[in-house]
Amino acid sequence: MSGAAITLPTASRAASRLPWRRVNGFLRRAYVPIVIVLLWQAGSALGLYSVQTVPPPTVVAQAAWQLACSGQLAINIWVSLERVAFGLSIGVAIGTLFALIAGLSRLGEDAIDSTVQMVRTLPHLALIPLMIMWFGIGETPKITLIALGSMFPIYLNLFAGIRGADRKLREAAGTLGLSQFETILHVVLPAALPGFLVGLRQAFGISWITLVVAEQINASAGIGYLVMNARDFLRTDIIFVGLTIYALLGLLTDSSVRFLEHHFLAWRPAYLKQESGK
Amino acid sequence: MNMINTSLMADRPVRAESDVAVAVRGLTRDFGGPAVLRDLSFSIARGEFVALLGRSGSGKSTLLRTLAGLDPAPPETLTVPRARAVVFQEPRLLPWKRVLANVSLGLRTPNAAQKARAALVEVELSHRENAWPLTLSGGEAQRAALARALVREPELLLLDEPFAALDALTRMRMQGLVGELWAAHQPAVLLVTHDVDEALLLADRVMVLRDGAIAVDRQVELPRPRRHADAGFNRMRVELLGALGVTAD
Repeated sequence: MSGAAITLPTASRAASRLPWRRVNGFLRRAYVPIVIVLLWQAGSALGLYSVQTVPPPTVVAQAAWQLACSGQLAINIWVSLERVAFGLSIGVAIGTLFALIAGLSRLGEDAIDSTVQMVRTLPHLALIPLMIMWFGIGETPKITLIALGSMFPIYLNLFAGIRGADRKLREAAGTLGLSQFETILHVVLPAALPGFLVGLRQAFGISWITLVVAEQINASAGIGYLVMNARDFLRTDIIFVGLTIYALLGLLTDSSVRFLEHHFLAWRPAYLKQESGK
Repeated sequence: MNMINTSLMADRPVRAESDVAVAVRGLTRDFGGPAVLRDLSFSIARGEFVALLGRSGSGKSTLLRTLAGLDPAPPETLTVPRARAVVFQEPRLLPWKRVLANVSLGLRTPNAAQKARAALVEVELSHRENAWPLTLSGGEAQRAALARALVREPELLLLDEPFAALDALTRMRMQGLVGELWAAHQPAVLLVTHDVDEALLLADRVMVLRDGAIAVDRQVELPRPRRHADAGFNRMRVELLGALGVTAD
């Protein structure tokens, strides 16, 4: 044994680690959640908690299947997705526009930044009563709230990214004969892109939170409606279905931003290291 | 014109205006305190390689930045060619563009990529044209920066301590490369450095900047290729070090 240990070079130690490394990245990350779901099921089978309070995964899956078959699941997910898509698009567009104006000109900063910073301190969910009074209980207040909530992280991160663009690189771009517009296009905006993507991630997160709250008030469709309706009928299993869907949608949007980062920030040292490690 | 400068310029042949790449006339720069550049006057001929020596804070970087157009100067004090390029101490490549795109950035000719490739061949970096800048070694990155400057076919090449951050061996290779490229393309060069040996290896003429004024302006009349071991090399070296306030024992 000891002889083998001495002759074991680092290369073969790396090789012994390989089978785990070779496992699909998704599976490696899904490993712990799967174990948790199994424990959850086992706890139910052992009678640690009643099926009524905490329905086991099989019951939740059954409820989900029933909802899927009746078509309710798809409709409600679609309605919720639509709200987030509209609200987020508007929020990202406005946040980006404001950040560009404030980030690229002093005049714009004076005009926009203090105002945005002031409004930002107001929790946007506190505006729900006002939104209902202004826009009623239809789609408008929900979409407006999501737009409002998602624009600030975009604004803040993009603004910081633009202002943080390396002055030395801008200077070098000037000596290369780039016009001001080209400098913004080739130097400033790419430098601000990582910040923008961080902002996008946060904006997605806020959108889902806002959606949950907005959908629990006077909604006639959507995942939130599904959950509130289930509460009235004491259907804990459907509530769990709703929660699971929220979680999965959050996961999906997060990984889509991750994908964008991989694609657009391939030049960054973190990604370069991963590439050479493959 | 300042007395010291006229006396220093006196031993230089008077050139016709068309032979002059750079003309500085009574340039003064201050940043609210004492003047960084005091009434400077000198010229650089076309194709001439000038090294500018000076200690830290002597104003040599300010002078280079002014010639590069990065710092403002009254137009009547300055004549510089439109086609000029700068290589800084750091490579200053855009990390989000691959090497080739960095080299061709801002080129407005139709065959920009082709020209950029040719420039990369000249600096012996064509095998890295698709690399991300952050994966380059210090020497490679600086060669890419050199290619980026060359591809613009500058009439004036401004080098701001371009080898200062490199290790000794890489620096020697880079000095050789710059010498070759200068011989091949014949731009006027202003090399800002604090390395006397580097100045003597490469330059036609060495200026020493002290307290914002030119203290020494000398032709280097040593045969090329220059050798450290030459007696003439050593004599000038001692003289220039003396002008920089370093006395060799």
